[in-house]
Amino acid sequence: MSLAVKAVGVRKSFGSHEVLKGLDLEVAYGEVLCILGPSGSGKSTFLRCINHLEVPDSGYVWVDGSIMGYEHRGDVLQELPVARLRAQQRRLGMVFQHFNLFAHRTVLGNVIEGPMVVRGLRRTEAEARAMQLLDQVGMAGRASSYPAQLSGGQKQRVAIARALAMEPSVMLFDEPTSALDPELVGEVLEVMRGLAKGGTTMIVVTHEIGFAREVADRVLVMIDGEIRETGKPGQVLSEPGDPRVRTFLSRVLS
Amino acid sequence: MSTLQTPSPTSVPHVPDLPRADTPKRQRAHPGRWISAVIGLALLALLVRAFAMGQIRWDVVGQFLTARVIIVGFGWTLLISACALALGVALGFAFGIMRTAANPTLRFAAWLYVWIFRGTPVLLQLLIWFNIGLVFPRLYIPGLIDERMVDVITPFVAAVLGLGVNEGSYLTEVVRGGIGSVDRGQIEAAHTVGMTPGQTMRRIVLPQTLRLILPTLGNSAVGMLKFSSLAATIAMGEMLNAAQRIYFINGAVIELLFVCAIWYLAGTTMLSIGQFYLERHFGRGAAGSEPGKQWFRMRPRRAAVSGGA
Ligand SMILES: Nc1ncnc2c1ncn2[C@@H]1O[C@H](COP(=O)(O)OP(=O)(O)OP(=O)(O)O)[C@@H](O)[C@H]1O
Ligand SMILES: [Mg+2]
Repeated sequence: MSLAVKAVGVRKSFGSHEVLKGLDLEVAYGEVLCILGPSGSGKSTFLRCINHLEVPDSGYVWVDGSIMGYEHRGDVLQELPVARLRAQQRRLGMVFQHFNLFAHRTVLGNVIEGPMVVRGLRRTEAEARAMQLLDQVGMAGRASSYPAQLSGGQKQRVAIARALAMEPSVMLFDEPTSALDPELVGEVLEVMRGLAKGGTTMIVVTHEIGFAREVADRVLVMIDGEIRETGKPGQVLSEPGDPRVRTFLSRVLS
Repeated sequence: MSTLQTPSPTSVPHVPDLPRADTPKRQRAHPGRWISAVIGLALLALLVRAFAMGQIRWDVVGQFLTARVIIVGFGWTLLISACALALGVALGFAFGIMRTAANPTLRFAAWLYVWIFRGTPVLLQLLIWFNIGLVFPRLYIPGLIDERMVDVITPFVAAVLGLGVNEGSYLTEVVRGGIGSVDRGQIEAAHTVGMTPGQTMRRIVLPQTLRLILPTLGNSAVGMLKFSSLAATIAMGEMLNAAQRIYFINGAVIELLFVCAIWYLAGTTMLSIGQFYLERHFGRGAAGSEPGKQWFRMRPRRAAVSGGA
């Protein structure tokens, strides 16, 4: 098993509030990791540190062979120019809670934007690949719609296709179903289940315990900026050792 | 539910004969609208009558409406407005983007530009540009240009610079507001697919900014057409200046001013129509945007989004 992501002592504060208190994590290629935890425990912040949307105050994240945002030179981490940071970031596909689709682009336009602008694909190539991905998430029929014309579940499936179009090594999901009406959650989880089966490396922040139990190879519970429990879903979800994790799980499972 | 009293079947009140579902409906009359329309028409008729009987020789108005000097003057008016607007938009976008830059020097430079040119009257700026030769007698850029300033700053150049640079300072603030109101999440999404700040600005932020500020740009165009008349004060032979030169000779002051008014109205009307179609074109994909069919609306329109200023 070779490593896809390794976080080393990641700390992050907003003002005087320490949100991440030195987190370490290893994720292997092909692994599906679900991160659980109460609201405000720092899950989103941790995910955003992994793809460098937030810069850790200390510690760093190593992804796919390089340190995010820095270059190891002698005994310092030298900050990278933006263009090289972006080249690292595109190896991590990100799916946001609120979709964040480009409002002025069609569904197809959203998916081909990155491949054309960043990867330099020709339009015909980019469109052919985009249509395959849209087909995979069940949105090929809406290729020429604008985001404002879609339901939440449809938007999120397009967002997943947009992230996949960059052919990332790792997919990050930040509560991809939390902004959805209950009856739309299933269609998005279905797409994610398909990705997991296909061997995609995934880090998923979620409140969907059922999904975690069924799909995750490993579950991690964060409380107050610390990792309190990590292990196989069956073990963590059924017999957590940490009392605070037990309290948290009993609240979400009831 | 349990606290509500469910009426027992016996106490159900007798339902009177209700109308059938397909009973035709008649709309409420709006007498106020009719009355105001009649009053309005009457006032308009009085106004028209007053001007028709007033000391205006309408034949002179008609005669000069298509006079060559006036048409040429209107041509200059259009040219000054178009050039100044183009300059203003270019400066507005350049400095507006600088206002949001991470680099504090750029932000300060843009702030200084707005502070100076929005803080002084545009007529004053026109006069300063026109007389800039008093400060810098020669324009000398090594290897590029070496001329007397008065030869470079013609009335036309002074008008375009004065109006354009001033407009740019307003549009800087408008563009900054537009950029600020583009959803942060979309910018982050652009970063996660690997787009650089420049690509994100060009492909994601600016197109959406443009849609937001289009109504304001339309107002700028209309305003510019009218403000170009200020160039008459620096001896630029645009339409108002041409009209003045004619009435100094023939004394038909009000007639020639009316000629100008008619041409300005024609110009601003065309711009309003153009603005409507542009906004409709760029409204694509906007949430809840339901473009109107006609440029003039009989029914009130909800206030358009505007970047302020
Ligand atoms: N940009 C920011 N500035 C200041 N404080 C922030 C910022 N982002 C997050 N925080 C704070 O950091 C803490 C952790 O936030 P985070 O969004 O990571 O939590 P979370 O575990 O994702 O919660 P949720 O389940 O509600 O999404 C919160 O107290 C939040 O208020
Ligand atoms: Mg969160």
